[in-house]
Amino acid sequence: MVRHFDSELQDLRDGLMAMAGQVEEMIDLSKAAVSEGSAAKAEQVKALDRLVDEQELKLDQACIDLLALRSPIATDLRLIASSLKIIPEIERIGDHCCNIARRVLYIHPPVLAGDALERLAGETRGMVREAVNAFVRGDAELARKVIADDDKVDAIYVQIYKDLLRIMLADPMCIERASNLIIVIKNWERIADQATNIAEEVLFILEGVNVKHTYLQAGKDQTES
Amino acid sequence: MQSGAQMEIDDPRIVPEPVTSAEPTAVAAPAPAARLADLPLTNAAVLTSPTMLTVEGLNLFYGSKQALFDVNLKVAKNTVMAFIGPSGCGKSTLLRCLNRMNDLIEGVRIDGEVRIGDSNIYEPGVDVISLRKRTGMVFQKSNPFPKSIYENVAYGLRIQGVRDRRILDEAVESSLQAAGLWDEVKDRMRESALSLSGGQQQRLCIARALAVNPEVLLMDEPCSALDPIATSRIEELIFELKKKFTIVIVTHNMQQAARASDFTAFFWLGKLIESGLTEKMFTNPRERTTEDYITGRFG
Repeated sequence: MVRHFDSELQDLRDGLMAMAGQVEEMIDLSKAAVSEGSAAKAEQVKALDRLVDEQELKLDQACIDLLALRSPIATDLRLIASSLKIIPEIERIGDHCCNIARRVLYIHPPVLAGDALERLAGETRGMVREAVNAFVRGDAELARKVIADDDKVDAIYVQIYKDLLRIMLADPMCIERASNLIIVIKNWERIADQATNIAEEVLFILEGVNVKHTYLQAGKDQTES
Repeated sequence: MQSGAQMEIDDPRIVPEPVTSAEPTAVAAPAPAARLADLPLTNAAVLTSPTMLTVEGLNLFYGSKQALFDVNLKVAKNTVMAFIGPSGCGKSTLLRCLNRMNDLIEGVRIDGEVRIGDSNIYEPGVDVISLRKRTGMVFQKSNPFPKSIYENVAYGLRIQGVRDRRILDEAVESSLQAAGLWDEVKDRMRESALSLSGGQQQRLCIARALAVNPEVLLMDEPCSALDPIATSRIEELIFELKKKFTIVIVTHNMQQAARASDFTAFFWLGKLIESGLTEKMFTNPRERTTEDYITGRFG
């Protein structure tokens, strides 16, 4: 039997995808704004954030109303409950993009040689795309890959951080640009964390297992066995 | 269904068209229903739909006991209105006023107006038989006639004097299709209606009501005797039927009102306490009494 409810759940998924699409556009613009030092692109990022915020309000309401009116259970319940948690993760990614965009004017000329910054932004962007794809396609393997990839981003972040410390020690004239750049890379690293959280929710929707805080889960297994 | 861009609804809460950079696809997807920004499950079209049923200043007395007090209510065309409230609150009594079924009860006195479209059904001289052609009714307990499946659905047309076999065949098939029963009974039309399951019998009664092509469909707890599967079949059916008919449903099942209706009216002690969009009523009702009832805190 075709359920009317299914089309409402599809509307919710579509809404989440649209919101995520907007945020991916913000990521691309922030990345370009940083590498090109483009104030115009930084402004575009901030303008898009308003649309993302609007979508957050709309989707929050949709989830609450679906819970109130449809009494969802099992898969349906997991989808709506996890959507309520994915929505603010996506919204927060948009905020991080704005934080990055705000620093664009204070990091040029670049203090950092090489492509580490590009790699950090590229890896992070890939994680967000894959987390969203995992949600859209219901792909648990892809969600697991996103969670594993977070370590890669963390490693690049730590490396750039150390390089920037060295640069600041060597040349105090770089301190202002380098410290602004530290804020930029911290925001990229946080976006990757947000993508990881989305992937964890996707696994909860698909498999009903909570994969957060594995250190606690491991302890539980030991006491049970 | 209109898309957001073409919409002429002057309501600031209509969701704006989403900004999208996607390439236009070769085959245009059907335009989604316009939604209200603050009530995302509600189809915006229900707010602008013309009024089908109007109840104005309706009072009903059983002898000296007043059962309905100054009820004022409108039901929009092609929408579903749910009547909810505790037993004895007057919701079924009001439903029966909508096709003058209370006329049959001795000692009932009614004042006020009930209009279908523009015509007051309590106007002296109204032909009650033709009124009931405009308002089909489905009851709590399915009540098929002890006749064949075919004859049950054809019954209304036969008493209207329709003899043409082709017209009858077409009406029976399309009504059974609309009631979602055709595939299950098309090979056993001559069998007794009483051989059907409870859920099938109820859908047969819906088909029988639809066969005379009413404007309004009144349903008095149509699922209360059905199992959950048969219940969800009827609820999904209601979604389809409202495209063509205007539906008023009395239900004791709060979740059914939430799932199946566009508007809800809450009755208590013969008074209409609150009515409005179902999505609003079930997420943020205006009246404390409504809140207490729908959350099960009553009494």
